Amino acid sequence: MKVAVLVFPGSNCDWDCVHAAEETLAEATVERVWHTTEDLTGYDLIMVPGGFSYGDYLRSGAIARFAPVMNAVAKAADKGAYVLGICNGFQILTEAGLLPGALRRNTGLKFRCHHSKLRVVQSNTAFTSEYGQDEVIDIPIAHGEGNYYCDEQTLEQLKRNNQIVFTYEENPNGSLEHIAGIINEQGNVLGMMPHPERAVSDLLGSKDGVRMFQSIMKVWRERHATNVN
Amino acid sequence: MQRTLTKNETDAVLEQGKANMLKEPSAQQIAEERIYASMGVTDSEYAHICELLGRQPNYTEIGVFSVMWSEHCAYKNSKPLLKRFPTTGERVLVGPGEGAGIVDIGDGQAVCFKIESHNHPSAIEPYQGAATGVGGIIRDIFSMGARPIALLNSLRFGQLTDERVRYLFEHVVSGIAGYGNCIGIPTVGGEVMFDASYEGNPLVNAMCVGLIDHQDIQSGVASGIGNPVYYVGPPTGRDGIHGATFASEELTEESEAKRPAVQVGDPFMEKLVMESCLELIQSGIVIGIQDMGAAGLTCSSAEMASKAGNGLELHLDEVPQRERGMTPYEMMLSESQERMLFVIEEHNEPIAMEIFNRWGVICRQVGRVTDDGRLRLTYGGEVVADMPVRGLVDECPVYEKPSQVPAYYTANEQVDTTNYPEVTDVNDALFKVLGSPTVASKEWVYRQYDSMVRASTAVAPGSDAAVVMVRGTRKALAMTTDCNGRYAYLDPYMGGRIAVAEAARNIVCSGAEPLAITDNLNFGNPEKPENFWQMEQAVDGMAEACRHLSTPVIGGNVSLYNENAKGAIYPTPVVGMVGLVHDVDHITQQGFKQAGDIVLLLGTTKAELGGSEFQTVIHGVTEGRPPVVDLDVEQRLQRAVLGAIQAGKVQSAHDAAEGGIAVAITECAISGGIGVTADWQVEGMRPDVALFSESQSRIVLSVAPEHEEAVVEWCAQYEVPVQRLGVVGGDRIQLRVNGKDAIDVTRYEAERVWKDAIPCLMQ
Repeated sequence: MKVAVLVFPGSNCDWDCVHAAEETLAEATVERVWHTTEDLTGYDLIMVPGGFSYGDYLRSGAIARFAPVMNAVAKAADKGAYVLGICNGFQILTEAGLLPGALRRNTGLKFRCHHSKLRVVQSNTAFTSEYGQDEVIDIPIAHGEGNYYCDEQTLEQLKRNNQIVFTYEENPNGSLEHIAGIINEQGNVLGMMPHPERAVSDLLGSKDGVRMFQSIMKVWRERHATNVN
Repeated sequence: MQRTLTKNETDAVLEQGKANMLKEPSAQQIAEERIYASMGVTDSEYAHICELLGRQPNYTEIGVFSVMWSEHCAYKNSKPLLKRFPTTGERVLVGPGEGAGIVDIGDGQAVCFKIESHNHPSAIEPYQGAATGVGGIIRDIFSMGARPIALLNSLRFGQLTDERVRYLFEHVVSGIAGYGNCIGIPTVGGEVMFDASYEGNPLVNAMCVGLIDHQDIQSGVASGIGNPVYYVGPPTGRDGIHGATFASEELTEESEAKRPAVQVGDPFMEKLVMESCLELIQSGIVIGIQDMGAAGLTCSSAEMASKAGNGLELHLDEVPQRERGMTPYEMMLSESQERMLFVIEEHNEPIAMEIFNRWGVICRQVGRVTDDGRLRLTYGGEVVADMPVRGLVDECPVYEKPSQVPAYYTANEQVDTTNYPEVTDVNDALFKVLGSPTVASKEWVYRQYDSMVRASTAVAPGSDAAVVMVRGTRKALAMTTDCNGRYAYLDPYMGGRIAVAEAARNIVCSGAEPLAITDNLNFGNPEKPENFWQMEQAVDGMAEACRHLSTPVIGGNVSLYNENAKGAIYPTPVVGMVGLVHDVDHITQQGFKQAGDIVLLLGTTKAELGGSEFQTVIHGVTEGRPPVVDLDVEQRLQRAVLGAIQAGKVQSAHDAAEGGIAVAITECAISGGIGVTADWQVEGMRPDVALFSESQSRIVLSVAPEHEEAVVEWCAQYEVPVQRLGVVGGDRIQLRVNGKDAIDVTRYEAERVWKDAIPCLMQ
């Protein structure tokens, strides 16, 4: 399995994603990929990490969506590669139109960083198959603009297609329907505000993030086996 | 990236700059109108500068001298005191004098850390003042070649009942958060205290901790005659001109007019500068590198030349500029942020340029190393300033200020702090103390900080010390900031000792061996003999504790003139300490862990209420003498506790600090999410005094029942008194003293009071 972790100017969770992927995906090769890269062919999983790409100036993710690598992400996603956007990565994916909706300023207007309880409301995805349906897991958040919003029609679609994957047990930011993470219709692009890469060992206070990586590995193995056959 | 100007545009900028120069005062005017005085230069210092130059300084030169000779850069009032600190030790690789100190942690790795104040800028413009304080200390760390891995801070404000104080508190915290969160370095710890003495003059001390391999250690040295000197970072603007001088005088009503002396930070830019500079350092081509902090281009160039014993020529037309028509004076004194200066050999330029181009960071050659020991500035091909480097860096006069024991200190000797009317409703007193912002939970603060980025934070804010893991090893680093200004006010000598002892105690409670400290001496105007006495005493107290506990001072910062209309702040000698956790299995926190565990109190409780939170909150006074710390006792306590932790026999450890045993036990219960039932024998002492006394050298441990005996015996070997307080469990915090009910509250009630106090005040 080949994993790309994108690096924009101002990304700051890129190394955390690299380490988490390396520690949880034993057979994976993980590479940091610069924002100017125009081709992501060959990568099975593309992680769009957290941070403050381009300083989050203008609006979170609004500048990053124009980076050359984002065209490549769209193409790779089209071809079925898994894309996981975390925090700023989620914001970038919504700005790039790979996921619907937008992330607004937290209702409390303050940055919030703490452990948070998430409910896995959709365990039937490539990213969550190792969790139980409706299982409550502990994944930290750290964001100032994580207040998910979309129009009613989009929300209806999200619900109808089972695209809402994670919800907060205690809504920290005013997100619509407590939404913490959503997936695209095709089921290969997931964006979430909480940081699974920060929940990979007991020393970090939780290792509930590990199973997300294991879920991806599992489907990759299944798919890989099918391809070989 | 900035567009390169055309020849015509460059000429126009130069013309404008030259025209502006003509508007600046002449050397003669500076002398006759004593313009130097407004820059903080005294008559005798001015005469000395004339002597060093052999003529009268021009406007650029007097500007450069004034910042180099400010307290902030030259430590002219504090140097003799700083010499009293122990600064060496087996593990010390770099001591004071460089950007930051460095201590060995084994296996070819080392920890690099420093604390620095940004008090005056934060008093005027709290968000940017605090943010740029964080930015500055981060540059100090990565300019040494270290990768910053954690941030801490130490903050002081007036009372939160005051509107202006709330404004400062709110914006200082968000400034710290805004910078640290964006650049991606976790803010893992710190302390916040509130007292009227800080009203109008808050303290904002920021600390950064970095990790470095021994072979990567850099020095800010401009060596190799003829080598090019490069400027890195965003263009220079007119912001922060005379910031260092501003920091070296008292805040007055006119200070508001100096708001332009406060710089504006751009953490995104600093992230790019940091990554590119670390990559440059890793490439192995750097000869010398230094950040442009206080006094910007002036200080960095003069110090780099001085360390090499060389000279430096800077071509100011080459300095990237953000504003049109800047004069040499303005460029030299600007404190625009996120800038660095470095020296490499000329043939390595392509390597450097490739790195900075890739990161989109401006890098431009602005000068050369010379052999004549002069700092020479040219502009438009003309020499506009020519000064001896030694004169700038080493010849600043050092003042031995007069010192005098303040009247309040003498008067306090007579105060009996054990005779206040007895408080019989101890539950009520506990709630009042828990709800005092100094003691209350700081969650409102630290929840705004990203404390987990880098995915290495094992103990986030809220315990005795923060713990950050060293990736790829079993080791971790514990870190804390500590100081109780009330103790330091009542007895600066004892307050200084306690600051070091308590920091070390916190480090030990987290399972680490204390390594070294960085200090931030926050005091009032040193020209007032009573203030200077406080400084002297505090430094002596700290120095003694450092020697005793084997934690040398590897660097620090001095912030004087912290006064407002009502007088000086409490003397606040903040200690930033780092310790080494030898194995992550030793990491220990303050929260009780399991029902049935035994609660032990190590140390001796005396009737010591001077400077306590209880004294202030319940009796409304701060008087008498503070608690006494016996450094031998302290050392034995710390050895005993660290040994017991390392032997795997301790469940939780928490030092008794503000609020005494009452608060310590309550915090253990709240943090652990489990109650406690205790029965405490304290011979001949009133329950209120016993519970809220802030006697030093005490630690509350919880241990599994099967380890109780071993821990008690272990402590006996170190002659540390141990008392069995009670048992962990249930939902109540029940504490009987001498057989009588004293505290009996639910954990939930206590937690609400403790957690809601600051959010309620801030609403």
